[in-house]
Amino acid sequence: MSSKTLYDKLWDAHHVAKRDDGSSLIYIDRHLIHEVTSPQAFDGLRERKIEPWRVDSIIATPDHNVPTENRAKGLKGISDSTSKLQVLTLEENVKKYDLNFFSLGDERQGIVHVIGPEQGLTLPGMTVVCGDSHTSTHGAFGALAMGIGTSEVEHVLATQCLIAYKQKNMRINIEGDLLERVSAKDVTMFIIGQIGTAGGTGFNIEYAGSTIENLSMEGRMTLCNMSIEAGARSGMVAPDQTTFDYIKGKPFAPSGDQFDKALDTWISLKSDPGAVFDNEFSFSSEQILPQVTWGTSPEMVSSIDEKVPEPRDFKNKENYEDALNYMGLKPGTKLTDISLDQIFIGSCTNSRIEDLRIAAEILKGNKLAKNIKRALVVPGSGLVKKQAEEEGLHEIFIDAGFSWRDAGCSMCLGMNPDQLNQEERCASTSNRNFEGRQGYKGRTHLVSPAMAAAAAIEGRFIDVREI
Amino acid sequence: MKQISNEFSGTFICLDKSNVDTDQIIPKQFLKSIKKTGFGDNLFDGWRYLDEGTIDQETSSRMVNKDFIFNNKLFADSNILVSGENFGCGSSREHAVWALKDFGIKTVIAESFADIFYNNCFKNGLLALCLKKSEISKIFENFNENSAQSIEIDLINQVLYYGDSEFKFELDDYKKKCLLEGLDEIGASLKFTDQIKSFEKNYQIKNPWLFK
Repeated sequence: MSSKTLYDKLWDAHHVAKRDDGSSLIYIDRHLIHEVTSPQAFDGLRERKIEPWRVDSIIATPDHNVPTENRAKGLKGISDSTSKLQVLTLEENVKKYDLNFFSLGDERQGIVHVIGPEQGLTLPGMTVVCGDSHTSTHGAFGALAMGIGTSEVEHVLATQCLIAYKQKNMRINIEGDLLERVSAKDVTMFIIGQIGTAGGTGFNIEYAGSTIENLSMEGRMTLCNMSIEAGARSGMVAPDQTTFDYIKGKPFAPSGDQFDKALDTWISLKSDPGAVFDNEFSFSSEQILPQVTWGTSPEMVSSIDEKVPEPRDFKNKENYEDALNYMGLKPGTKLTDISLDQIFIGSCTNSRIEDLRIAAEILKGNKLAKNIKRALVVPGSGLVKKQAEEEGLHEIFIDAGFSWRDAGCSMCLGMNPDQLNQEERCASTSNRNFEGRQGYKGRTHLVSPAMAAAAAIEGRFIDVREI
Repeated sequence: MKQISNEFSGTFICLDKSNVDTDQIIPKQFLKSIKKTGFGDNLFDGWRYLDEGTIDQETSSRMVNKDFIFNNKLFADSNILVSGENFGCGSSREHAVWALKDFGIKTVIAESFADIFYNNCFKNGLLALCLKKSEISKIFENFNENSAQSIEIDLINQVLYYGDSEFKFELDDYKKKCLLEGLDEIGASLKFTDQIKSFEKNYQIKNPWLFK
């Protein structure tokens, strides 16, 4: 038998049928659903008069559109009538088809990509889909996890399968210990800076090497989460003892004999020694310093000790001029001279307990700089919030001057009231610095939770290792 | 023999940028709709208007960015959009394709596309077509905002005609068939029902912990 990559193995294990055009029907184990990309798919099912194929594979929760205050009021806490209708529509669909659901009032509610792993709904070897591009997050467990469009949501609901073409294999190896206070977020931003936002298009990325093996599950999720920012629909890390320890005891994870049986399968989920990759990159951990984006694409990123670059140094000069113009930045400005208006700690990239712990560690005993108008911490789920409160982290954030919020996507995309005002500049732990992403004409700089906390104290970017 | 597909041919608009993301194609505030239509007025909203748009707002009262090509009346009936590399990157929102379709775009030509956006196009009857960098550059260089020019597309033979140039393009047969015949993808997949069921049965025996 020829050597296979982890991706090859997951593909083969879920391959139902080859279609005439060369694409395949791939069986889907887990389907995560939220309020924004599902209403039209459920309408489609009704038009066809068909039911979801496998209800137990589905878990639904509202996250994109929900306010992060007044959670106790439930639906009544949503003041925007169109947002409320969307959340209500999800609730109606959940009720109609009797789907697993974490409602607004449930402490298990949160960002789909946080709650799946937290509940043991994401497991090694699975195929996971969601009408959200950051579904790549779940690849951290050695799962094949892909973001899909609404037509595909409908297709998976109807057939339990996704029509897909096999992707090419890419491996990114990183070796060595990360520098102090450099995190998985810096690793993924560094990678995107190296290979570009289209570097992974058409590939599945497998992350490997000692740096990756030493990451916690939270770190691996952050890393896989931003595979899509590198153009790859899916990214993954082979499961190991760190993975199995994380899963054990989670509410929806197998237990007892079932866990042992599953473990027998899971340990085989890795690329064979002789497996061939179509493209491979290798980096050393020492190359990776804390990262900051300065433009309107995640690939417009530099290390904290650098300056805003000159557009003329790039092949698409106009794109860089437009980006710097939008960001209100001059070439040659030191990143550490960029002062900020808002701080956002949250999103499916960085809202897990480990993210909050590192931010709190840096903030402890410190206050927001005077020029910071607002700072938000939005835990990824009700349970992350609860855990943080048990550890007293909320007091550190509140004492520093942060607003301590309820779970949701929040200012990562600003579909709810949490948004930047025009030309406000934000240090954000989210994943996209696109124009208007966090608010109309808002300016987003992507950073790690540690760098966001350091920026909150200083009011400008600073190398977190100097705090 | 040249077989022009009228539906996918017509006058074109150029957006000479790379990495046009789906947040630009349709900003987040318009994703609150639970329908598939009504997004056309807000296509490229942040670039098309000088004020911040809200959902359900009358566009006639808004401040228009006259410099933005989509507001040039000469191109009001254009059904082809030409752009740079990595078009449609970012969010998986199919609303981006619904907005292009609603505006009247039938063909998107780019140097390359992001995967999810590319798939979403064909599921809504839009042709997404890749040309080489040199070919795209030729179109950009000759584009003139003072007169609308045409591109003709022969979908069957996979040839694009622009001025004196003929550019071949790649397209898999199934996607071509979908566009030409409007295939029902879910209906087609449901013909595999027996195979899916039999796969599922074996799969469940091997992986019982994945079934509740």
